[in-house]
Amino acid sequence: MPNRHSPDVVIIGAGVVGAACAYYAARSGLTVAVVDRGPVAGGTTGAGEGNLLVSDKEAGPELDLALLSTRLWRELSAALPPETEYEPKGGLVVAPDEPALQALRTFAEGQRKAGVTAAEIPADRLADLEPHLAPGLAGGFHYPQDAQVQPAQAAARLLAASGAALHLGEEVTAILRGPAGAVRGVRTPRRELLAPAVVNAAGTWGGEAARLAGVHLPVLPRRGFVLVTEPLPRVVRHKVYAADYIADVASGSAALQSSAVVEGTPGGPVLIGATRERVGFDRSLSTEALRRLAAQATALFPVLAGVQVLRAYHGFRPYLPDHLPAIGPDPRVPGLHHACGHEGAGIGLAPATGALVAAALTGAEPPLDPAPFRPERDFGPADAPTQEQQS
Amino acid sequence: MTTSPSDPAAGAGPAADLAVVGAGPAGLAAAVTAAALGLTVTLLDAGARPGGQYYRHPDPALGATRPQALHHDWKAFTGREAELRAYERAGRVRHLPNRQVWSVTGSGADWTVHSRTDDEAGQPVRARAVLFATGAYERQLPFPGWTLPGVVGAGGAQAMLKSGLVLPGTGVPPARAKPRARGRVVVAGSGPLLLAVAASLAAAGARVPAVVEAAGYGPYARHTGTLLRNPAKLAEGARYGGALLRHRVRPLLRHAVVEAHGTDRVEAVTVARLDHDWRPLPGTGRRIPCDALAVGHGLVPELSLATALGCATRTAADGTAALVLTPGLRTSVPGVWAAGETGGIGGAQLALTEGEIAAHSIAGRAVPAALVRRRARLRAFADAMGAAHRPGGGWTGWLPEETAVCRCEEVPAGRIREAVEELGATDARTVKLLTRAGMGWCQGRVCGPAVAALAGGGPAADRRPLACPVRLGELAELPVD
Ligand SMILES: Cc1cc2nc3c(=O)[nH]c(=O)nc-3n(C[C@H](O)[C@H](O)[C@H](O)COP(=O)(O)OP(=O)(O)OC[C@H]3O[C@@H](n4cnc5c(N)ncnc54)[C@H](O)[C@@H]3O)c2cc1C
Ligand SMILES: Cc1cc2nc3c(=O)[nH]c(=O)nc-3n(C[C@H](O)[C@H](O)[C@H](O)COP(=O)(O)OP(=O)(O)OC[C@H]3O[C@@H](n4cnc5c(N)ncnc54)[C@H](O)[C@@H]3O)c2cc1C
Repeated sequence: MPNRHSPDVVIIGAGVVGAACAYYAARSGLTVAVVDRGPVAGGTTGAGEGNLLVSDKEAGPELDLALLSTRLWRELSAALPPETEYEPKGGLVVAPDEPALQALRTFAEGQRKAGVTAAEIPADRLADLEPHLAPGLAGGFHYPQDAQVQPAQAAARLLAASGAALHLGEEVTAILRGPAGAVRGVRTPRRELLAPAVVNAAGTWGGEAARLAGVHLPVLPRRGFVLVTEPLPRVVRHKVYAADYIADVASGSAALQSSAVVEGTPGGPVLIGATRERVGFDRSLSTEALRRLAAQATALFPVLAGVQVLRAYHGFRPYLPDHLPAIGPDPRVPGLHHACGHEGAGIGLAPATGALVAAALTGAEPPLDPAPFRPERDFGPADAPTQEQQS
Repeated sequence: MTTSPSDPAAGAGPAADLAVVGAGPAGLAAAVTAAALGLTVTLLDAGARPGGQYYRHPDPALGATRPQALHHDWKAFTGREAELRAYERAGRVRHLPNRQVWSVTGSGADWTVHSRTDDEAGQPVRARAVLFATGAYERQLPFPGWTLPGVVGAGGAQAMLKSGLVLPGTGVPPARAKPRARGRVVVAGSGPLLLAVAASLAAAGARVPAVVEAAGYGPYARHTGTLLRNPAKLAEGARYGGALLRHRVRPLLRHAVVEAHGTDRVEAVTVARLDHDWRPLPGTGRRIPCDALAVGHGLVPELSLATALGCATRTAADGTAALVLTPGLRTSVPGVWAAGETGGIGGAQLALTEGEIAAHSIAGRAVPAALVRRRARLRAFADAMGAAHRPGGGWTGWLPEETAVCRCEEVPAGRIREAVEELGATDARTVKLLTRAGMGWCQGRVCGPAVAALAGGGPAADRRPLACPVRLGELAELPVD
């Protein structure tokens, strides 16, 4: 079907990353179409918690991306409606013992050099920040830059603000290529959307979308469970988690790992999440995952033991073997851009990703060095077929 | 003697052949039939006594002597309850009352049933097969004023009569109510239950100024064959009809309560005529004073535990999501069976029949042909009823923007419409993520059908990995895996 008003760019995926790409592309003057086989935020974004964390990231390219995002989220909070629930509440990382505290000090030192604000909180001052915290902790670090949004709202409001044409309930079944191999647009069961650029923001399904263009991108699912309690008065004020969480994030292990991040929400419920395990797309409930989350949360906040958990949910993080997202143009297919593989940080990293993609689409100066996120990079020995046999 | 829920030995012991969740007609029939066929059975239910939603026991404190007065086939129940007790004494059935099952995990022939009592965790129950007989809850379609005190569910009113013997609108047992205190109860909504409720209320002394039914009985005509093959069901209908006539109650067809009025509690309702798609016709409203309103639009299968295991669902004739079942009542997940309302709303007789069929199937026995025939007949009847009373899409026409759809989270219809029309929500799940509708205590059991209708999609199958709330401390103390 010929399109009289072909967009400048088609974005595959109406999750928070696709939404941020649409927002920044539109702000750069491009006309944008977004296609999703489901509703807005129907993928991993709808299962995410909305932590915008710098605290859990060691100095390096991901932290740089997170710091840029932190600034952009603050700007966005003024531009987007209040339903986005942006809250710069700050994070508190606690250490159960002296060795953990020492490790945390070294970690924070590296982060400070990259621009993170981190203040050590001695054991006897922890209660000032979190009155209900368990006694006996060795100390902790306060990260005032950690913030939060409501992920589904964030995605929906970014999309609405972008003015992009939305095609929901339409699966992209082909990425169209011209005679020289450059992308020409996408095909869905309902239409052909022609455009000189296509952004793969298909999240955990980004590997399949890449395959539609004939390129390899080893995105894998990493499952996470979250517990949601009954609505409570403000019991937990920051994002609170134990220091061993940082080790889990950086780990590539397939086994179940967890260190609960505990936080209150404006709606009242306390969120406790999330576990990390690579079990393919297994949707069954793991009572072991729930047990660990609950045990860790009650260890941090004993008062929560008597609180009712109303629901539990899970999602599948888009995971790349080297723990960095794929962002930017794919030199193997002219006109194809990637914006996927953000694992457990896609909500936090969405604005910086969108800004990078918009810069690449318009040829503008990128806001930071995009090289570490090159989609065609070598993913190393972990990118082997056997690693995908986890389900 | 029943096992005390706090008995530490209650959860110990080897795996049972079968765990049955739900001790309503379906679960009870399944448990005793399976035991008769030689299986060891553990039967768990949230209630204190077996019987489910249908066979309800009056509170002993009220001293009611004839619970059977509100049940036509009390014997079908007492017989099975006696069998249950006998099998319990023989050690073939373990009945665990007051147990809310929050999750079932496992696969194949190795299942674990996780449950809790009001105060503590229950020992996990192990079993080689699982049967879900978890019944149903009422379908509510909101309207202005539906959250006023004095507005109760139609099934809820019936349940109150059976167990508390309290008349809605009066707060007193009918036997003790002075004639003047007896309330006027409007019965409204859709479905065969309305007539039963109205008849019970009238028999208990309430005045029923109107029975307001949104469907016409026209669709029944298309199913005369099915209706005639179910003489018992027809007799049941005729009995209610006769009882109502005696009390001078005539159903108002193709009408709905489009608003309940009152400040502290309901004082009147506005009833309007509907078109064939349940859209209220302007200018047809009229006010009926009352002291209570019993309203319900049929039932919705309770599938949380089953869908958490991945059991496939279908859209049933009444528009609800029900489990996909084989003739032997297997779900799509090996090792998991279902019976009763979970396979589609069909009533207590069908639930009893399906419980027996499932037990045969689980025991690896041939299902007696009489049971198969009976099930087919009752299912056909249920489907005909379901189709006749399936809500027409126009009902949202009586829902103004400011009316709360989700009462737990106080989400008005306007916010849901905004999520659908402006924010890209195309299903109930996304509406929930964007508005919090369905995130509260009832986890969408009350607002689910309404939200799905506003989202424009089909019915959303229950998606609740936790079937009921669990204390965090109980989760923390689960056995380490
Ligand atoms: C339990 C859990 C907790 C989390 N907590 C946090 C947190 O606190 N903070 C944080 O920053 N991150 C968190 N995350 C991670 C975060 O949710 C993800 O990184 C992020 O949502 C990814 O967004 P996305 O837009 O890339 O993917 P998605 O939201 O999955 O969007 C991809 C979209 O692409 C669509 N799609 C795929 N293929 C096609 C196709 N062929 N055609 C059309 N459409 C297609 C899908 O339908 C989907 O809607 C968490 C994740 C989980 C599972
Ligand atoms: C409120 C209400 C009133 C009704 N009134 C009438 C009436 O007057 N006349 C009529 O003919 N029909 C009536 N019905 C319909 C009738 O009750 C059903 O047709 C019949 O009971 C179906 O039997 P069942 O075994 O499938 O389910 P049910 O009788 O509903 O039994 C299901 C059982 O499962 C238990 N259960 C569910 N989930 C869990 C869990 N997670 N953990 C532990 N236990 C669980 C419940 O406690 C319940 O005991 C009513 C239904 C409802 C909901």
